Amino acid sequence: MEPVAADLTGAGPTSRASHLLLVLPATLFVLVVFALPVAWLLSRSVSDPAWGLDNFRTVLREPVYLGLMRNTVQISVATTVLCVLLGYPVAHVMATCPRLTRLLTFVVLVPFWSSVLVRTFAWMVLLQNNGLINRALLGSGLVRQPIEMIFNRTGVLIGMVQVLLPFVIFPLYGSIRAIDPALMPAAACMGATPARAFLRVQLPLTIPGLTTGATLVFVLSLGYFVTPALLGGRRDVVIARMIQMEIGQFGDWGVAAALSLVLLVATLSLLGFSRLLVRRGRPT
Amino acid sequence: MNAGRLWRWLAYTVCGLVAIYLIAPMLIVVIISFSSSALLTFPPPGFSWRWYQNLVTTPAWRESFTVSLEVMTLTALLATTLGTMAAVGLAGRRTRWLAGLRTLLMAPLVVPQIVSAAGIFLLLDACGWVGTIRALVTAHTVLAIPYVVATVGAALETTDPGLVPAALTLGATPSVAFRRITLPLIRPGILSGLLFAAVLSFDELIVSLFLSTPRTRTVTVQMWSNVFGDIDPAITAIASLILLVSMLLLGAYSLIGRRRGAGSVVMPL
Repeated sequence: MEPVAADLTGAGPTSRASHLLLVLPATLFVLVVFALPVAWLLSRSVSDPAWGLDNFRTVLREPVYLGLMRNTVQISVATTVLCVLLGYPVAHVMATCPRLTRLLTFVVLVPFWSSVLVRTFAWMVLLQNNGLINRALLGSGLVRQPIEMIFNRTGVLIGMVQVLLPFVIFPLYGSIRAIDPALMPAAACMGATPARAFLRVQLPLTIPGLTTGATLVFVLSLGYFVTPALLGGRRDVVIARMIQMEIGQFGDWGVAAALSLVLLVATLSLLGFSRLLVRRGRPT
Repeated sequence: MNAGRLWRWLAYTVCGLVAIYLIAPMLIVVIISFSSSALLTFPPPGFSWRWYQNLVTTPAWRESFTVSLEVMTLTALLATTLGTMAAVGLAGRRTRWLAGLRTLLMAPLVVPQIVSAAGIFLLLDACGWVGTIRALVTAHTVLAIPYVVATVGAALETTDPGLVPAALTLGATPSVAFRRITLPLIRPGILSGLLFAAVLSFDELIVSLFLSTPRTRTVTVQMWSNVFGDIDPAITAIASLILLVSMLLLGAYSLIGRRRGAGSVVMPL
C-alpha cells in the first residue's frame, strides 16, 4: 500500500516507479492473454496454411464471403438507422421530462444489463411460427397462416435493434441534457415552429452524441453473431458467425484470421473516424 | 403551440412503445417459466414450479450454473484487483508511457468480441486449458479489466487531489492516507467495477463457447446448445434464472449509484 499513497502525493522519487509497479500486473495480463494472442491470430491470416495473401484473396473474391460481408453491412446499417429513429425520442423524453428520467433510465438499464442470449431467446418465444404472437393472431382469426417473423431479416432486425438501443440512448441522453434549457423556448419565442427549432437548434447540438451512439451501434452490430445466428435465416450468415464456424467447425484458421482482420480494421477505422468527427464538432 | 403538443405526444408515444419493446419480451419469458403447461401459451393456463424443478433435477443445468457462479466470483475478484491497482497507478500523472499502457488496458473494449475470443482461444488451446475453470476465468478477466479501470478511474478523477497531501502534512503515513482517505472515496467506483465484471462474466457467451467442453460449460453455453430446435419451457426457466442474477447485480449497482463517486454506465468506445 505504501507506493500507492506516495504516488498520490504526486511527488517523490519513488513516484514514477510505483506508478509502473501498480499498472504492471494488469498490463502484463492483458498483454499475454489478449494483445499477443490477437496478434498471433491475425498473423495467421498470412501464414496459414502457407505464407502469402491467399486467405485475403479468398475472403475478398469468393462470392460466399462477399455475400456475408454484404449481409453484415446491410444488417448493421438497418440496425443503426432504426436504433437512432427509435432511440432519439426516448433520449429526448428522458432528458427533458425529469419525472420520467428515473423510470426510463431503469427501463433502458435492465436490458443493458441482461444477457444478450436471454433477450434473443425471448424473441424466439414470441416470434416463432408457433410462438406467442402467431398463436394470438391465428386464435383471433386475423390471419390464416402464421406470419414468418423469424429466421429472416425481419427477425434479425427486431432482435438486434432491441439489443443495441441502449447504446444509442445513453450518449444521446447525455448530449440532450447538456443543451441549455433556455435555448428551445428562445427559438420558439423568436417564431420558430417546433419542428424548425428541433432541426435548427436541438439536432445540430446533439450531433456529437448522435455520432457516438450511431457509431457504437454500427460497430457492435458488425461484430455480433448471437442474435443473427438465432433469429436469422440459414443464408443470413454474418462475419462474426462465419469466424466462429471457420474455427469451430472447419478448423480453417487462415480464413478466420483474414476475416478477423477485415472486421478489426473496419471497426477501428470507424471508431477513429467517429472520434475525429466528434472532436471536430466540439467548440474549443 | 398545437404543433408543439403534437410533437411532444408523438415523442411520448414512441417512448412508451420502445419501453414496452425493451422490457415486455423478457417479462413474458419470466411469466411463462411458471407455466403449468408444456406448451408456450400466454397467458399460462396455471402456475407451477415444474420447470424449475426440472432444472434442479437435470445435472447438466445444475452443473453449468455452478460453473458460471464460480467463474463469475473469481473473475470479479481478479479483475477488480488488477483493474483497481492499474487505475490507481494511472491516476494523476499524464505521461506518454502511462497513456500507452491505458490504451492497452482498454483495448479489449474496442476489439470485436469474436476477434478477442478467437485470439484468446488460440492461446488457451495451446496451453491445453480448454474446458477448465481457469481458462474461463482468465478470458473473462481480460475482458472485464477495462470496465474496472474505467469505473475506478472515474471515481479517482472526482476526488480532490489535495486531500492526500493534506493528510500527509498532518502526519499520516502514506499507507494510512491511502486507507483512510483515498480508498473510502473510490470505494463506490471499485464496487461498480466489481459488479460490472461479475455481470459481464455471468452473461458472457462468445469466449465461453470456445472455451467450454461438454463437461465444463457455463450456463449461457448450456442454454445456447439448447435453443436451436424446439423450444421447451424448461429453457424459459433457465433464462429467468440468468435474468435474476443480472437483476440482482443491477440492483446492487443502483444502490451504489446513489452514493457520490460511483461511475456511470461504462460503454465501449
